[in-house]
Amino acid sequence: MAYSDKVIDHYSNPRNVGTLDKSKKSVGTGLVGAPECGDVMRLQIEVDEATNTITDAKFKTFGCGSAIASSSLATEWLKGKTVDEALAIDNMEIVEELALPPVKIHCSVLAEDAIKSAINDYRVKNGMPELEMAKSHH
Amino acid sequence: MLKLPIYLDNNATTPLDPRVLEAMMPYLTEVFGNAASRNHPFGWAAEEAVDYAREQIASLINCDPKEIIFTSGATESDNLAIKGIFEMYAQKGNHIITTTTEHKAILDTCKHIEKIGGKVTYLPVNAEGLINLEELEAAMTPETILVTIMYGNNETGTIQPIREIAAIAHKHGALFMTDGTQAVGKIPVDVLADGIDLMAFTAHKMYGPKGVGAMYVRRKNPRVKVTAQMDGGGHERGMRSGTLNVPGIVGLGKACELAKQEMAADAARLSTMRDRLEKELLTLEESYVNGSIEHRLPHVANISFKYVEGEGLMMGVKDLAVSSGSACTSASLEPSYVLKALGLSDDLAHSSLRFGLSRFTTDEQIDYAIGHVKEAVTKLREMSPLWEMFQDGIDLDKIEWAEH
Repeated sequence: MAYSDKVIDHYSNPRNVGTLDKSKKSVGTGLVGAPECGDVMRLQIEVDEATNTITDAKFKTFGCGSAIASSSLATEWLKGKTVDEALAIDNMEIVEELALPPVKIHCSVLAEDAIKSAINDYRVKNGMPELEMAKSHH
Repeated sequence: MLKLPIYLDNNATTPLDPRVLEAMMPYLTEVFGNAASRNHPFGWAAEEAVDYAREQIASLINCDPKEIIFTSGATESDNLAIKGIFEMYAQKGNHIITTTTEHKAILDTCKHIEKIGGKVTYLPVNAEGLINLEELEAAMTPETILVTIMYGNNETGTIQPIREIAAIAHKHGALFMTDGTQAVGKIPVDVLADGIDLMAFTAHKMYGPKGVGAMYVRRKNPRVKVTAQMDGGGHERGMRSGTLNVPGIVGLGKACELAKQEMAADAARLSTMRDRLEKELLTLEESYVNGSIEHRLPHVANISFKYVEGEGLMMGVKDLAVSSGSACTSASLEPSYVLKALGLSDDLAHSSLRFGLSRFTTDEQIDYAIGHVKEAVTKLREMSPLWEMFQDGIDLDKIEWAEH
């Protein structure tokens, strides 16, 4: 299977690889996927409480090139967005941007899950109720 | 100058040896006759070439040239042997014994046999990929007509104890078949000494052309017969109809002749290179060899790099053509059933790379491969949350993963 140029670019030059201090109240961490499925994504956001804006985002991913590219792209998109804008990111936008083939759509679903999971972690840490995950897992 | 990418997927297929191509060329052009045309020189020339190839092949595996049946490849030979035996020996019984780590050409044929009323036992293997001979013996019944167990495994290179298996099959009155696809031409295979009654093999795994293979069928002690699976002109002693692929057969013959001459030297050189590759890659923390180290084909290495996913790794080693046991490389999303049969967890199976060396692999290529793989594994581990958790001493088995 051939990869799109954008997937190759994100894979070769991943944006925002790293770790944020998860003990900080302003940091939300999402860890999704499972090693036996071949994909694990950890996505972290740092939120400025006053403006409700994501000031930093980092990821680490165990997975194929499409999974790495999906999470790399997600961190790029998250920076500068408000938490509400981040919640609106749909996996199909990632599919389109990276031109993922049908067998790789699950990578984009995982990235969306990781975003929502990181936001939920931030919300819970800051005394807000957890949001329902709208998307059903496959 | 090192030419990239480097081909290290020789268990999938090998390049054609130029000497094989040279032998084939006349049969693709001026010597075009049908080997079954008995009444003119065009046919005679083709038949003579086919007969000569039969001798070259027979000489490699130590059988009579008449015991070679030409087919389109190992998949066809596997199908013909199993289905043909099942039909031919229906009076005697309906039970077949095989293993869980066979090629799909065997496993799916066995599933077909089950659908049409046969019984199949799938023997498990140990962590090295070897069957337990006592379990084989215990599985034998008076109804058992065939034991079919591969010679060398395509994913790990593990070599089964063929002689002992054949002896057990024969002791209980069953025939012994082996899928010799990866072994023939790479290690000495002697059908007489090994006690093999039927064997499938193919040209393109030993520097011959694609689309041609053979089935060895024993003619005496015992005389084995298989029911044809394709109706037609009754070629190949009635077992496999269809005009013979003369240039392909000439190529298979030449490939066998070269293998006989060069096998010992090739095996010694390749195992030295393979061992060096393996030793170097195992200096990476948390990397493991899959399969048997002691009983193994000389040109194969299968290594898992824990905390790195195989498909992602293959993308990182884009200058190497290798294969992975990762789910993502197959149409299904399941990781390699062969590695899982060895007891590997799904995540280790996902993390594996298979290296297959060939007669044309050079030391320079291996040097490059070592550096390239090490670099990619290191880079991906820096990106891997699992690697970070491992470094932090977190037990990954204790985490409740969100299944997706």
